[in-house]
Amino acid sequence: MPLLLLAVLPVRAQEGAEPVEDEAVDVKGIIFGHLKDSYHWHVITIGEKEVSIYLPVILHSKVSGWHFFSSRKLEETGSYEGFHIADTGAFAGRLVEAMPDGTELKPLDLSLTKVAFGIIINSLLLCLIVMCTAGWYKRHSSTDPAPGGFTGLMEYVIFMIVDDVIKPSVGKEYKRYAPLLLTIFFFILLSNLMGLIPIFPAGANVTGNIAVTLSLALVTFFTVNVFGNREYWKEILWPDVPIFLKVPPILPLIEFIGIFTKPFALTVRLFANITAGHAIILALTCMIFITAKMGPAIGAPMTALSLFFMVFMNMLELLVAYIQAYVFTILSAMFIGLAHPEHEHKKDDKSIELKN
Amino acid sequence: MLATLLQAAAGAALGKAGIALGAAIAVVGAAIGLGKIGQSTMESIARQPQAAGDIRGAMIVIGAFMEGVALFAIIVCLMALNAD
Repeated sequence: MPLLLLAVLPVRAQEGAEPVEDEAVDVKGIIFGHLKDSYHWHVITIGEKEVSIYLPVILHSKVSGWHFFSSRKLEETGSYEGFHIADTGAFAGRLVEAMPDGTELKPLDLSLTKVAFGIIINSLLLCLIVMCTAGWYKRHSSTDPAPGGFTGLMEYVIFMIVDDVIKPSVGKEYKRYAPLLLTIFFFILLSNLMGLIPIFPAGANVTGNIAVTLSLALVTFFTVNVFGNREYWKEILWPDVPIFLKVPPILPLIEFIGIFTKPFALTVRLFANITAGHAIILALTCMIFITAKMGPAIGAPMTALSLFFMVFMNMLELLVAYIQAYVFTILSAMFIGLAHPEHEHKKDDKSIELKN
Repeated sequence: MLATLLQAAAGAALGKAGIALGAAIAVVGAAIGLGKIGQSTMESIARQPQAAGDIRGAMIVIGAFMEGVALFAIIVCLMALNAD
């Protein structure tokens, strides 16, 4: 793994044992460069030549209309058709248009960036995995013995999620929401795992991007609130509490804010866990290069230590990948289950007495 | 004297030290919380070994929630670090 990362880091390996001060290792730049989105996908650096996939840039500017071009044009001159990547300011790192009066105007940016391309690759891979699994069930009847191999693994995981997570948390209507929750689980798990593999076509930091996790949390938000029944909204806006908590609306306001804080927590939890894991692994890798510059006496043992810690962190990140997907799914399942509450029967409920 | 102290603080980049200290305090809170979760998990499993599977599952989920809260603080510190 460090050998693969060696190819990607823009650091020239120093020959000789004397420490050189002219090129300091830009740790912050390396880490943020890997965590952030970009308009091209850097695959490998062979010697002096950088091999990248230049993704299409799709912009709509209020001033100059639609623009389609490959991001290779931006690499050559830094600016193309009036657009350049802003270095500082509010739009740092994104394409802006240079206006004649010196200000920068941000266009509507629909480009296929590295993370967007990573989402497409992950989704296609997920479709392939799930369709292969489903194909086994189409070809065999229900009296055949249970599947082995990859299909058996998928069946075990799917049944574990449905029986332990979805059925207890969602309740009676779990079959309606099981496909959505299983898709969320497998997409997050696959994206987390692909983010740990450093080489193309994996390696895009998909779930470490707050826009992606926000979109996943918005899916849960819409499912909970659009499909919640009347009892759910009644419990939020007019709950069964003493009147002094309802008339100046203290509790309804708290419950209403709670509708928004729950998806926000889902967003930040997934984003922060994955980003922190990637940042630690990248920082440990950079430590090798920093200590290598200080000479071989410090460099060699620190390299060994860093290698050991990096392998340990990667194992931990595998666990975190599974746990974060599991926690996102179980929380979404619980919110969906809470959106379909049963009406509680009170002591003076006439319908019960009539049944007797 | 307060003015000279403030000047010295600004010169010594005390803001950055404050951000790092905030992250460290958040990690201390997370460590204490995870320790308590681990303690109660061990005690529960020792009392009733046949429930070990359920208890372990609950421990992992609660551990993930705890880490989420600590990482809120880390994100705030990262944002403060990049604000200037």
